[in-house]
Amino acid sequence: MARIVAGVASSHVPAIGAAIDNKQTEEPYWKRVFSGFEKSKEWMKEAKPDVAIIVYNDHASAFSVEIVPTFALGCAAEFPPADEGWGPRPVPTVQGHPELASHIAQSVILDEFDLTICNKMEVDHGLTVPMNLLFGSPEEWPCPVIPLAVNVVLYPPPTGHRCYMLGKAIRKAVESYPEDLKVVIFGTGGMSHQISGPRAGLINSKFDKAFLDNLSKDPKKLTRIPHLEFMREAGAEGIEMVMWLIMRGALDDKVDEVYRFYTVPASNTAVGHIILENRRKAAGKRPAAGKLAGKTKRAAARKTIDIRRGGR
Amino acid sequence: MARKAQDYDDIPGTFVFDAERSREGYGINMFCMSLMKDDNRKAFKANEAEYLKKFPLTPAQADAILKRDYNRMLELGGNIYFTAKLGATDGHSFRHLAAVMTGSTQDDYAKMMLDGGRSVEGNRSKSGKAARSTLVAGGKTSHPKTSKAKSKARSKRG
Repeated sequence: MARIVAGVASSHVPAIGAAIDNKQTEEPYWKRVFSGFEKSKEWMKEAKPDVAIIVYNDHASAFSVEIVPTFALGCAAEFPPADEGWGPRPVPTVQGHPELASHIAQSVILDEFDLTICNKMEVDHGLTVPMNLLFGSPEEWPCPVIPLAVNVVLYPPPTGHRCYMLGKAIRKAVESYPEDLKVVIFGTGGMSHQISGPRAGLINSKFDKAFLDNLSKDPKKLTRIPHLEFMREAGAEGIEMVMWLIMRGALDDKVDEVYRFYTVPASNTAVGHIILENRRKAAGKRPAAGKLAGKTKRAAARKTIDIRRGGR
Repeated sequence: MARKAQDYDDIPGTFVFDAERSREGYGINMFCMSLMKDDNRKAFKANEAEYLKKFPLTPAQADAILKRDYNRMLELGGNIYFTAKLGATDGHSFRHLAAVMTGSTQDDYAKMMLDGGRSVEGNRSKSGKAARSTLVAGGKTSHPKTSKAKSKARSKRG
């Protein structure tokens, strides 16, 4: 069976992408940012996922105001980098995993998350900047990617709680996929920032730090943060942090925090990054008894229902 | 019709891009979106007022675009990720636009960011009634009733 082994969260500041593309990563301003991801790249090489699910948001690239899907899952075989107004970023085309993606879509929709399916989609810096930060700048990306675009541009985005529960549904979907695949899930965007209006430039490091602490230890607390509080405390665009809760929902309740990095600023934004590992790492190992075993039974029961639904 | 009051109107210096603004600002955002294409950027630059006639804009919206009044564009339904395309057409980055919207010089804005950004203290609320975040030590929940009720409902569901 496929399984999610770890979650990664990272900001996706466009200026970070521009610094990579314009070869400015050694300049002191940018070195401060990039040095925080050196260990993460090593970690990623070790983790060697077969597939990455990347939760991100589109910034008026693939979706304008004509169509605004709340959750859009990329089921295509590949996702070309979008032209964001100054030509597409010079990064490799992102290869998809249509089989696992459509399996996830079918599973989570029956779990009552009404996703939009994208069989053709371009991807912008929201997706490719975190890939650069974790995979570097290779000729080809090291693994296929399933993009999950979340609307955080048009208010209201989905609630933190809804995002967290979607993460749980994604985990269930992944674990019901027959092939042995090691999956890493990314939550991107954030941390505190506001890039619009007279309050632009807002940074709230105390809030960010508390968010990181709770993401590790008490994510349910974060699912209760109202949108108003995100916008007030972390800036109008800081509400992107709800996307991190999809990643967190897809992990075990108890995780090991293996790495954290935080710096201010990158352009207008506080850069936050964390790596959380599931404790149950060994392939195919399942707990013998207790809560999870009960869940497995329920999942098996649900599967029977799903088959019946599918075969009506 | 006057804009419906929203709880987030209490956040100072912020225009939340909500359903109402999205509806009003459709023309602004579709105009900005058109600037993704080089031919359109050239046509706009050649005759700005003429180019704008292709889009459903109120006189106030067209005026804000021509004057590059970015805050006014947001107020009238523009969204920053869209208006930034107008900025890019003029050769400006997000950070440049941010400085413009805050009324500071580029240097002052860059310095503020390097010094840790704009503090949330004194910038939370117009009314001054907003409580601190529940997350940060010593903070009280801003919606005690709602969050308790929701949390109860959620734990039942979960």
